[in-house]
Amino acid sequence: MTLTSSVLLAAAVTAGVPVALFGYLWTVEKALTPLPERTRRRLRPWAWLAPALVLVGVFLLYPMLNTLVLSLRNSGSTGWAGLSNFRYLLDDATVHAALRNSLLWVVLLTGGCLLVGLAIALLADRVRYEVAVKSIVVLPTAVSFVAGAVIWGFMFNYQPAGFPQTGTLNAIWTELSRQPPVAWLVDNSTNNAALILVGVWMTTGFATVIISAALKMVPAELVESARIDGASGWQTLRYVLLPQLRPTLTVVATLLAISAFKAFDVVYVMTNGNYNTDVIANLLYQQLFINQDYGRASAVAVLLTVVISPILVLNIRTLRREWRA
Amino acid sequence: MAVLSDPAGISGGPGGKGGKGGAGRPGGAGGAARRSRVRGTRRAGRPPRLRRMPVHLTLVLVCLCWLVPILGLLVSSLRTPFDITSSGWWHALLPPWRFTLDNYTQVLTTGGLGRAFVNSLIITIPAVTVMTAIGSVAAYTFARMRFAGRGTVFIVIIALLVVPAQMALAPLLRLYNDVHLAGTFAGIWLVHVGFALPFAIYLLRNFMAGLPEEIFEAAAIDGASAPQVFLRVALPVSAPALASFAIFQFLWVWNDLLLALIFLGGDPSVAPLTVTVSNLVNANTGQGWQLLTAAAFVSMAFPLLIFLTLQRYFVRGLLAGAVK
Repeated sequence: MTLTSSVLLAAAVTAGVPVALFGYLWTVEKALTPLPERTRRRLRPWAWLAPALVLVGVFLLYPMLNTLVLSLRNSGSTGWAGLSNFRYLLDDATVHAALRNSLLWVVLLTGGCLLVGLAIALLADRVRYEVAVKSIVVLPTAVSFVAGAVIWGFMFNYQPAGFPQTGTLNAIWTELSRQPPVAWLVDNSTNNAALILVGVWMTTGFATVIISAALKMVPAELVESARIDGASGWQTLRYVLLPQLRPTLTVVATLLAISAFKAFDVVYVMTNGNYNTDVIANLLYQQLFINQDYGRASAVAVLLTVVISPILVLNIRTLRREWRA
Repeated sequence: MAVLSDPAGISGGPGGKGGKGGAGRPGGAGGAARRSRVRGTRRAGRPPRLRRMPVHLTLVLVCLCWLVPILGLLVSSLRTPFDITSSGWWHALLPPWRFTLDNYTQVLTTGGLGRAFVNSLIITIPAVTVMTAIGSVAAYTFARMRFAGRGTVFIVIIALLVVPAQMALAPLLRLYNDVHLAGTFAGIWLVHVGFALPFAIYLLRNFMAGLPEEIFEAAAIDGASAPQVFLRVALPVSAPALASFAIFQFLWVWNDLLLALIFLGGDPSVAPLTVTVSNLVNANTGQGWQLLTAAAFVSMAFPLLIFLTLQRYFVRGLLAGAVK
């Protein structure tokens, strides 16, 4: 398709779908008019929900259930494969490595963002330029992980000893330590931590704004009375602020853990899973798109969902409580 | 569970705007001001200004950690290929200044970034418009109509919101290969719309459920039909929530890599910026930093513009989008 026809199609969809949608609602209303009020009230909601339900059914509900079936079938999905795809998950060393790295992501990304985010929220709360600090920290959440990976690929840049170190980190490292430069993304003792650091840099702003918003909700009287009773700054934090923030910190931790387990972009762009940095989401992409193995890809997807299912159940409960409220 | 139950006051209806003081507007929270005054009265040996130096220093360090990587990329994108490989970017901050825009002209013309930019627009604008339109109708239905099965359907939607999208990829790709939707804009629009609808319904329903009943009754008494009430009353008063959702989703779709890789592939005639830039990374053997840095900035231009102009809506969307 040419560029012009693509642009025209995009413009037609952008303008046409909302108009068509309203036309649909109007037609429904005309068709319902002769019916008694009770029947109208019963039919209208389903007619209004139909477009959304059809799309959600076709693009989410059906595929999600179908993945369970595909995970029991062979690579081209032409016949049943029993549990062989799950045996692959159990036996294959690359799967184990990816799972190990993903767990490392969960622990370090969650812990890192939570700690740094909490620290920034608490410190920024005490200064007048709080808004500026939070804006700067939240800035990376607006750009893509691909851009973040390029930004940090440049920070981690490595040149052999003797060449000018153009990567910021190696320039600082060689200057301060007088040691040879480090290949951060290749060296196995640093590369996973380096990738997770990019994740922390990208995601801390999100933790910061949520924790900061919760901090503003803590009743001032609580902090005030702790002060009057002679509590130190640390004691106030430990016995007053943290207990108050706990529900928020729990929610943020679950969200961070889920996103850490789904981490894909940074690994794909920076190392593509090489040098022992593979993660579950990249493994899924490799099996699905590169190997075109629907069976194994589905099994990996099931694994990913099963591992985070305790958190998912927790989140569904929270959201459901809100629906009832 | 204050966060999920009322993300930045957005779900509490328009009334939530006043007192809540979402992130980015700390001035709205009186508690913060009162707290700092209490802290200020604390007696300490050193003068208050000195005592607070560690706080200021830590925060300055934090800001540097977040700004220096971006600054390094920006400065490098304005340097010549020779300068980039022969000295660190910080050298360019000292005279003689030798900045150039050549890298940008090169990536936009021969590098294919110009086409990728247009492709990103072609992917993002229709997808976000359609998901906002269809999502707002469904959200309104859940919020303002009573019908049997409403609770059950909504729970299913919530469940689909939290289950990772990865669960849906394999069957969809299989379907797409069969019906030749893989590698087409229509295909990626549909995937983005389908995946975003549960979030749209969840977010907008919460907002619309908090709207006062009277405005709808008044319209109904005036003889407006159900579609008219939705179009003339519900949509205009929901504008803040619609804006937050649309802005958040715009950046989400614009920044997406995984779905574009799987459902569009690497074909330059359809590939968005994220895919094109990540291909440039893979092709970069150490000599292409001048193109890569410029390309990354082109891909960031739109998100940064939106962030700088509509930050408040974006942060609200971010808080509400936490569930994704």
